[in-house]
Amino acid sequence: MSWVTVLVASVGCLAIKAAGYMVPASLLDHPLVQRIAGLLPVTLLAALAVQQTVTHGRHLQLDARLPAVGVALIALRFRAPFLLVVILAAATAAMLRLIAA
Amino acid sequence: MPEASRPPLDRARRAKVVRDSLGVGLATGAYGLSFGALGTAAGLSVAQTCVLSLLAFTGASQFAFVGSAANPVAATASALLLGVRNAFYSFRTRPIVQPKGLLTLLAAHWTIDETTAMSTAQDDPELTRLAFWATAVSVYVLWNLATLLGAAGAARLGSPQKLGLDAAEPAAFLALLAPRLRDGRLFAIAVVGSAVALLATPFTPAGVPILLAALVAVTAGMRARAGEPQP
Repeated sequence: MSWVTVLVASVGCLAIKAAGYMVPASLLDHPLVQRIAGLLPVTLLAALAVQQTVTHGRHLQLDARLPAVGVALIALRFRAPFLLVVILAAATAAMLRLIAA
Repeated sequence: MPEASRPPLDRARRAKVVRDSLGVGLATGAYGLSFGALGTAAGLSVAQTCVLSLLAFTGASQFAFVGSAANPVAATASALLLGVRNAFYSFRTRPIVQPKGLLTLLAAHWTIDETTAMSTAQDDPELTRLAFWATAVSVYVLWNLATLLGAAGAARLGSPQKLGLDAAEPAAFLALLAPRLRDGRLFAIAVVGSAVALLATPFTPAGVPILLAALVAVTAGMRARAGEPQP
């Protein structure tokens, strides 16, 4: 990962926050703009989650990630805190790989 | 208003706001550990992982960035798209936080989910500003410390697959997603977006599936009727 990419992404995120302080109210007040802004994180996070679970590069790959994410979903159903959900998923995948090895 | 003439009730309320802010900082900081670990697992250096937390300072974007590290364009695009909501947060918090001078840039930098939620929940102007800055400082310090610990720690521990860190990434996204799935309609849009991205993956260059998911969000927003819940 190049430093250019890291800095472009980082400064870009900072610039977006600054933009909220600078753009005219009429732009951000628009109901359509607000609706889209609300839908973006939901759609992107879901798509990223699915991609990171079952794909590898450009093809489908089913492996220890799938049951690990299943465990994460169960933990979320029981309202487990963020860190616990992540640890449980990692531990599940690690243990399954240990057993399979 | 001079300190001495402040009624006692306000002092207790200020103390509570500070305590709540520290609690938020601790909780958010804790999952900075997983970000740090995922950063180095994705092949970033400890320094690069830390710079993301120092400069970008917005959780979902950072997780998305390191999750797509294999493709720099996809990584940057998803980070920026997920960062768009912070502009709306800035827009909402600026009139109530009212930072002066140089603090304006700092306030913008520190405008994220948590500081917005804490500041907009207060009903008194001074408590609003206190909540914003107290939450901002505690989250920023703890998130960055945790990132460093997670990055340096995971870098020492060996292969990310052995540690199951490649499963931690989608789990993190789902954990960020869960509180946002407030109703059936949002859930349906999430499903459609995921399906579109998944179906596009074998047929399009890396990064495009995520952009298509963003397009699903834009389309759904345009098709929504007025009166739908706002972000």
